[in-house]
Amino acid sequence: MATAVLETGERETYLNREYGIKSWLLTVDHKRIALLYLMGITFFFFIGGFFALLIRLELLTPAGDLVQADTYNKLFTMHGQVMVFFFLIPAVPAVLGNFLIPIMIGAKDLAFPRINLLSWYLYIIGGILMVYTILAGGVDTGWTFYTPLSTEFLKTNVTTAALAVFVSGFSSILTGLNFIVTTHRMRAPGMTWNRLPLFVWAHYATSIIQVLGTPVVAIAIVLVALERLFHLGIFNPTLGGDPLLFQHLFWFYSHPAVYIMILPGMGIISEIVCCFSRKRVFGYKAMAIALLGIAVVGFLVWAHHMFVAGISLYAALIFSFLSYFVAVPSAIKVFNWTSTMYKGSISYQTPMLYAFGFIGLFTMGGLTGLFLACLGVDVHVTDTYFVVAHFHYIMVGGMVMAYLGGMHFWWPKISGRLYPEGWGRLAALLVFVGFNLTFFPQFILGYMGMPRRYWDYSHSPEFQILNVLSTAGATILAVGYLLPMIYFLWSMRYGKPAPDNPWNAAGLEWTIPSPPTTFNFEEQPVVTWEAYNYDELDQRTEEVPVAH
Amino acid sequence: MHTSPPATVEGEAHENPALLHHFATEEQQKNAASLGMWLFLITEIMFFGGMFCAYLVYRYAYFGDFAAASSSLDLKLGTINTIVLIGSSLTVAMAIRCAQVGKQKAIVGYLVLTIILGVAFLGIKAIEYKQKFDEHHVPGLANFHLEGHVPRHADVPVNQNHAQIYFSLYFAMTGMHALHMIIGVGLFAYLTYKAYKGRYGPGYYTPLENGGLYWHFVDIVWIYLFPLLYLIDRHP
Amino acid sequence: MSEHISSVKLYVGIWLALMAGTILTVVVAGIDLGPLNPVMALAIATTKAVLVVLFFMHVKYAHEKLTKLVIVTAIFFFLILLALTMADYTTRLWT
Repeated sequence: MATAVLETGERETYLNREYGIKSWLLTVDHKRIALLYLMGITFFFFIGGFFALLIRLELLTPAGDLVQADTYNKLFTMHGQVMVFFFLIPAVPAVLGNFLIPIMIGAKDLAFPRINLLSWYLYIIGGILMVYTILAGGVDTGWTFYTPLSTEFLKTNVTTAALAVFVSGFSSILTGLNFIVTTHRMRAPGMTWNRLPLFVWAHYATSIIQVLGTPVVAIAIVLVALERLFHLGIFNPTLGGDPLLFQHLFWFYSHPAVYIMILPGMGIISEIVCCFSRKRVFGYKAMAIALLGIAVVGFLVWAHHMFVAGISLYAALIFSFLSYFVAVPSAIKVFNWTSTMYKGSISYQTPMLYAFGFIGLFTMGGLTGLFLACLGVDVHVTDTYFVVAHFHYIMVGGMVMAYLGGMHFWWPKISGRLYPEGWGRLAALLVFVGFNLTFFPQFILGYMGMPRRYWDYSHSPEFQILNVLSTAGATILAVGYLLPMIYFLWSMRYGKPAPDNPWNAAGLEWTIPSPPTTFNFEEQPVVTWEAYNYDELDQRTEEVPVAH
Repeated sequence: MHTSPPATVEGEAHENPALLHHFATEEQQKNAASLGMWLFLITEIMFFGGMFCAYLVYRYAYFGDFAAASSSLDLKLGTINTIVLIGSSLTVAMAIRCAQVGKQKAIVGYLVLTIILGVAFLGIKAIEYKQKFDEHHVPGLANFHLEGHVPRHADVPVNQNHAQIYFSLYFAMTGMHALHMIIGVGLFAYLTYKAYKGRYGPGYYTPLENGGLYWHFVDIVWIYLFPLLYLIDRHP
Repeated sequence: MSEHISSVKLYVGIWLALMAGTILTVVVAGIDLGPLNPVMALAIATTKAVLVVLFFMHVKYAHEKLTKLVIVTAIFFFLILLALTMADYTTRLWT
C-alpha cells in the first residue's frame, strides 16, 4: 500500500497536507470541517458554561443579590440558547458525525462536501449573530421565545437572537440532508444497511428529525419577527391571536430537537460499549429500529411542554398518552447495552467510564420524564427545578458524557495522538461526581416547589442548602470539563503517537492510519463482515486494549 | 441495496468534468443530487406547513371574518396567476424533455418562457399587493379597515382584528411564496445561461431536472394557496 | 441508465387537466355545497398536486421506491402537525 510522504519525511495526513488559513477556511474535506466545528462548539460551550456559573452563583443565596432580576432573565435565556442551538444540537453530528460517517461507510467524503462547508459558515454566521446579541445586552424571554412577551413587550434584542437561531437552523438542516444522502448513496460495496455501525444509524435517524422538524421552528421564528416588525396580531391575544399557536409551532420542533441532541450520543455509546465489552451489540436490529422509533414517536408528543399553558384537557390527555410511548425504544436501548455487557470482557478505559455514566444518568433522566408525562404530577412539578434536573440529566448526564466519551474514543484517530489515560479517568470521575452533586439536589428542590427562572427565593430560605450543594457540584463539574480541554491540547504536541487501532476496535475507521489521509482510503474497501465482529478480531490478534 | 460500485483507481481521469472526485460514477452523483433535492423539498413542505397550520387554526376559529376577507381578493387576477404558474410548469417540463431528446436550442426557448411566465406571476402579484394597500387591507397599519359583514350575516360586521390576522397570513404566505418564485427566477436565469452555453443534453441534464423539481414544488404550494386564500366562501 | 421520456402529448394533456381543475375549483366555489365546499376545494387541489408530482416531477417513473417514501414521510409529518394542533383547538371549549 503506497503511503504518500511529505518532503519532511512525515506521512501525509489530512492535517499536514496543506497549511495556511485559506486551506482551512476553504476546505471541503469533511475531517477539516469537523475540526472547524470543534473549535466553534468548544467556544460556545465556554460561553454557555460561563452563564451557567453566574446563575449558580446567584442562587447561592436566597436573595437576589448578585445581579438584577432582568439580568438574571438574560443569564438563563442566553445559557439556554447558546447551549441548545450552538452546542448541543451541532456537537456530535457536526464534529464526530462529520469526521467519522464517510470513513465508517467506506467513502471518500460526504455526498455534498461544499454544502458541508456552507453548513459550517451558516453556523458561524448564526454564532456571530448570537455573540452580537449577547454584547448588545442579551435577550430575556427564556430560550423558548414565548409570545406575546417576545413579540410585544420587550425592547431587547429578540430579532437578532431569533435571526441567529434561524440561520443556525439552516446549518442543521443542511447537515442532516447531507448525512441522509451520504448514507443512502455513498456506502462502499458490501456495506449493507444491516452492517452499518449503529453510530451511522443514529445519525441517520437524527438527520430525519433535523430535516423534518427544523423548518417548523424556522417559520415560527419568521412569524415572530414579522409580528414584531409589522405589529401584527398572530400571537397577540388582545388582537385575536393565540400565544399558544407559537408554542405549538415552537415545540413541534423543539421536542424532536432533544432527540437530535441525544440520538447521536446513543450512537457513540453503542460503539464504545461493544469495544470495551469485546462483544457484538445485543439485538442489532432492535437497536436500529429503536433509533428510528425514537425519531418518529418524538414528533408526536410536543404539547407535553404545554400541559399547563392552556391547551384543552383532551389534547393534554392525547399528548400525555403518546409521551409514555417514546420511553419504550429508549428503554430497549438501555436494556440492550446492558445485555451487550453481560458476559463481555469489560475494561474500564476513559470512554467506557463515560459510557457507564451515560447509561445510568440517561436512565434516571428518562424515568423522570415519565413523571412529567403524567398529567397529575406535571401540574405540580412543571416549571420547577424538577424539570430543570430532568433535562439536565439527559442533556448533560447523557449527551455531554456521550460526547466526551466519543471524543476520547476517537481522539487517537482524529489527532494521531494518545491522550493521557490517567488524567482521562480522573476527569471522567470529576464529571460524574460534579454532575450528580449539581443536579440531583435540583430534583428535590423541584419536588419541594422551587420554581425555575426565579432569581430570588427569599420566601423559601429552606431551599438554600440544596442550592449550595448544587453550586458546589457545578464547580467540580467545571474542573472536570476543563481537564480534557487542557490535556487534549497537550497531547497534540506531547502525546504518544497513536497506532491505527489503539483499542483493537471494530469499524472501518480503525483500518486506516491515525490520523487519516485526505481521501480516507487508499482503495475503496469491500465489506464482507458484520458490524462489531469482535469475536473475529480477538481471535485474530489475541489482544485486549491496554491502559496506556 | 444502493451500495456504490467499486471506485475507479485513484488518479484515473474522468471523462466527464462534471463528475466530482468523491463519486465513483456519474449515476451515483446524479442519484445523490436527486435525493438531495427531494430532501430539500420536504424541508420546504414543513416550512410552508407551519404557515398552513397557522392558517388552519385561525380559519377554524374565525371562519366568517376569514370568508369576508377572502372575498376582498381579486379572483380574476388570482385565477390568471394560477393559469400562468401552471403554464410555467409545462414549459419547465418541456425544457427538460428537450434536453432528454437532444433539442439543444429549444431548451433555452422553454427556459426563457418559464422565466417570462414567472416574472408575469410576480408582476400580477405586485398589482394585487398594491390593490390591498390602496384598499387599506394591509395589517398592522393604523388605517386598516375591512368594510362589510360576514357572508350571509348582514347583521355581523367584520371583526377588524380577525380580518387583520387573515391578511397577516395572506401576506406572509404569498410573500414567502413570492420570495421562492424570485429565487426560482434567478436560478432559472442561471440554468438558461448554462443551457445557452450548450451545457445540457441527453447525457447530462441533472441541474435542469432538479431546478424543475424546485419550480414544480413552488407551483404546488400555489395550487393550495389559491383555493385556501381566494375561495374560502364565494357562493351567495 | 435510462430515464423515462414522456411524450409531448402527455405533458400537454396533464397541463389541460390542470387548467380544467383550476376552472372547476373556481366554478365550484360559487355553488353552495355547505360543508362540502372546503372538501371539494382541497380534493381538486390535491388532484392537481398529485398530477404535478407524478408526471411533471416524474415520480411515476422513479427508479426507486425511496423517492415516494420521502414524499409520503413528509406529508405524514405535515398532517401530524395539523391534526394534533387542531386536536387542541377543536376541543378547547368542550366541557
